[in-house]
Amino acid sequence: MKLVRQFMSACALCLWATLPAHAEISVPITHLIVEEPAPPVLSNLDPIPGDLGEAGAHVALKDNATTGRFMGHNYTLDVARVPEGDDPLATARSALANAPFLLIDAPADVVTAIADLPEAAGKLLFNVGSEDPALRSDACRANLLHTAPSLSMRTDALVQFFVKKRWSDIVMIRGQNPKDLAYAAAMERSLAKFRLDLAASKDWGFDADMRRNAAQEVPLFTQEFGDYDALVVADEIHDFGRYILYNTWEARPVTGSEGLTAVTWAPVVEQWGAAQLQSRFEEHAERPMRPEDYAAWTAIRAIGEAVTRAGSGDPATLRAFMLSDDFELAGFKGRPLTFRQWNGQLRQPIPLVHARALVANAPLEGFLHQRTELDTLGLDEPESQCTAFAN
Amino acid sequence: MKSLPILTALLLTTAPVLADEIWISNEKDDTLSVIDIETMEVVRTIEVGERPRGITFSKDYSVLYICASDSDTVQVMDPETGKILHELPSGEDPEQFVLHPDNRHLYIANEDDAITTVVDTETRTVVAQIDVGIEPEGMAVSPDGKIAITTSETTNMAHWIDTETQRLFANTLVDSRPRHAEFVKDGTELWVSAEIGGTISVFDVATQTEKAKISFEVANVHPDRVQPVGFEFTAGDTHAYVALGPSNHVAVVNAETYEVEDYILVGRRVWHMDFNADRSQVFTTNGVSGDVTVIDVASRKPIKTIKVGRFPWGAAFRPTN
Repeated sequence: MKLVRQFMSACALCLWATLPAHAEISVPITHLIVEEPAPPVLSNLDPIPGDLGEAGAHVALKDNATTGRFMGHNYTLDVARVPEGDDPLATARSALANAPFLLIDAPADVVTAIADLPEAAGKLLFNVGSEDPALRSDACRANLLHTAPSLSMRTDALVQFFVKKRWSDIVMIRGQNPKDLAYAAAMERSLAKFRLDLAASKDWGFDADMRRNAAQEVPLFTQEFGDYDALVVADEIHDFGRYILYNTWEARPVTGSEGLTAVTWAPVVEQWGAAQLQSRFEEHAERPMRPEDYAAWTAIRAIGEAVTRAGSGDPATLRAFMLSDDFELAGFKGRPLTFRQWNGQLRQPIPLVHARALVANAPLEGFLHQRTELDTLGLDEPESQCTAFAN
Repeated sequence: MKSLPILTALLLTTAPVLADEIWISNEKDDTLSVIDIETMEVVRTIEVGERPRGITFSKDYSVLYICASDSDTVQVMDPETGKILHELPSGEDPEQFVLHPDNRHLYIANEDDAITTVVDTETRTVVAQIDVGIEPEGMAVSPDGKIAITTSETTNMAHWIDTETQRLFANTLVDSRPRHAEFVKDGTELWVSAEIGGTISVFDVATQTEKAKISFEVANVHPDRVQPVGFEFTAGDTHAYVALGPSNHVAVVNAETYEVEDYILVGRRVWHMDFNADRSQVFTTNGVSGDVTVIDVASRKPIKTIKVGRFPWGAAFRPTN
C-alpha cells in the first residue's frame, strides 16, 4: 500500500509536469447483459460461465485504468443484468441516464430498440453480443458500433480457407435453432460470395440421444451426401455437432460450428502478444477467454484508446474519433483494429482454430482488397444497406 | 558415430581462440545459440531457463544476464563455460532489461505484472519496484545513468524513471504497442518504437517532448504489417537499423534527418539485432523463420542467413579478445 501511495503522489506531479492540457475526465460505462435461457443441448460437457462477456469487460477496465492513472482519466464500469422476463429497455434507460457509454449483450431486436430510445440519442452504444448481419446492414444505427463480429465475418473467414485448400464441393448439416439457421444462411451467402457451391444441405432432426447412437446414425445420415470436400455443421448452440466428427460416412473434414471453427478469440490464440492477454484474463476469471469476453474487452479498450488519444469524455467526440483514420486499437491480432466507417463494425482478423491449435488467420494471403484485406471479411461497403453512417 | 566425441573434443579445445561472438536467445527452445562472427556458424548451443528473451552482457563481458521469462528469474551465466552461476530475483515474467552504466543495477520489465523491478546484481536483492503501465517491455537507461525508461505495450506510454528516487517523473504517450527504447546522441534524444502504431517517436530528453516521428513504408507490404520493434545505431549514432517485424525488412534511418534511406529484406518476423565490434555488420533475429540474417552495413545488403533455434528473440555481441 505504501508503494502505491508513493506512486500516486509521484504521478500527480508528473501530470502537472507533462500533461497540463489534460483535465480530469470521468468515463462511466455500463455493460447491459440480457439473460437468455440456454437452449437444451445433448451434452453438458461445456458449462457456460456465469461471467461470460462480463469478465472481458473487467479486464479491459483494468487495462484502461492503468493508462487512466497516468492521464487523470477515471473509468468506471457498472454491470446491469436483466433477468429473463424483465424489461431490458427500462434497465437501458436508467443506465443511459447515468452513463453515456453502453455495452449491450442482447438479441438484435433488443439492441435496436435500445439504440432507438430517446435516452440513447447522442450516446455511444456497443453491440458486444449479436452477430446478426442485419445490424451491420439495414438495421444499423448511427449511435451503435459493433465489436462482436458479424456471422458473415466468421463464415467468410472459413470460406476463404475452403478456397485456399481447393475444397470446392461443400455440404452442410443444419440445426433447427434460429441461431443455427442464421449461421447456415450466412454460410450460404459466403459460399456464393467466394463462388463455391453448396452441393447439398440436410436438416438435423434427430431426437435420439446421440451420445449413444452417433456411431450408428451419423454414417447413414451423411452417406447420402456422396462424395464432397468438406462438411459444414451449422450448430451454433453446440447441441449435436460434436457427435458428427469421426462418424461421417466419408472421411472428410468437419468445419463450421464444430471441428475447424472461425472465432474472434480462442485459448489457442497466442501470437502477437496474445499470450499476455490470455494470462491476464485467466488470472482474473480463472478460465480461458472466449469470443464474448473478447468483444466486451475490445469495446472498453476502444473507449479507453479514444479517450486517451482524443483527450475527451464526450461520446460524440469519441464516436467521431473512433470512426476516423486516426483511431487504431492494438487487439493482440498482429495488426491494428479499426471501425468501418459505413456501418460501425470493428474490423479484425478472424482466427481459424481447432481445439488444440490455430490453423490459419483470416484474411488469408491472396484475398486482396483495395482498402484493407480485413474488408474481405463481412459486409463490405457496397454490400451493406446501412445508411445511418452516411453523414 | 565414432568421430563425434573427437569432434566435440576438438570444438572444446579450440573454443578459447574463436573470434568475436553474437549470442542469440531462442524463445521457444529454451536455449542460447552462440554465433562465431568469423565463420558465421553456430559454435555452441546452451540450455537455459524457460522462454529466454532479453539477454545482455555485463560491461566487462564477464557475465551474461538472461531474462528467463517463464522461469520468473534472471539467470547469470559465465559465458566461458556456459554454466549458470546463480539467479537474480527479478519479479514475475521478466521480458527485457537494461544494465545501468554503474554495471550493477538491472532495470527489468515484468511483463505480466505492470512493474519495473530494479535489482542490485551484487547483493542480489530487489532495490525497488515501480508501478508502470500494462505489459512493460522496452527498457533504456540514459548514458549518465540518471533516467531509466520503461515502455508499456498496452498503456502505450514511455514511463520516465528518476534513478535517484526510483520514481516516475514523467509519462509520455506514444503510438500503439511500444516495444523498444534507446537513448542516443549522448542521451539528448530518446527513441521509442511502436509496433502497432508503425512509428518511432523521437523525444527531446530535456523536455520529454516529442520532436519527431518516423514512419515506414515497405513496397508491396500493407502498412498494417510494417511493425517497428527492436533497433540499434551504427557508429556515432548516424543511422538506426530498425527491425520491422512481419514485414520481414530492416529499415535504415538517417538519425539526423529522421528519413528512411533503405529497406533490407531479412528473415520472417524480425525482432532484435546487435552489431559486431566495428559496427560493420548487424545480426538480426528472425522469430518465425528461426534464423539470423547478417547485414553488411557498408553495402546495406544481407550477406548470410544462419540457422539458430526456434523463435530467436534477443541478440548480444561479445568480444573474445
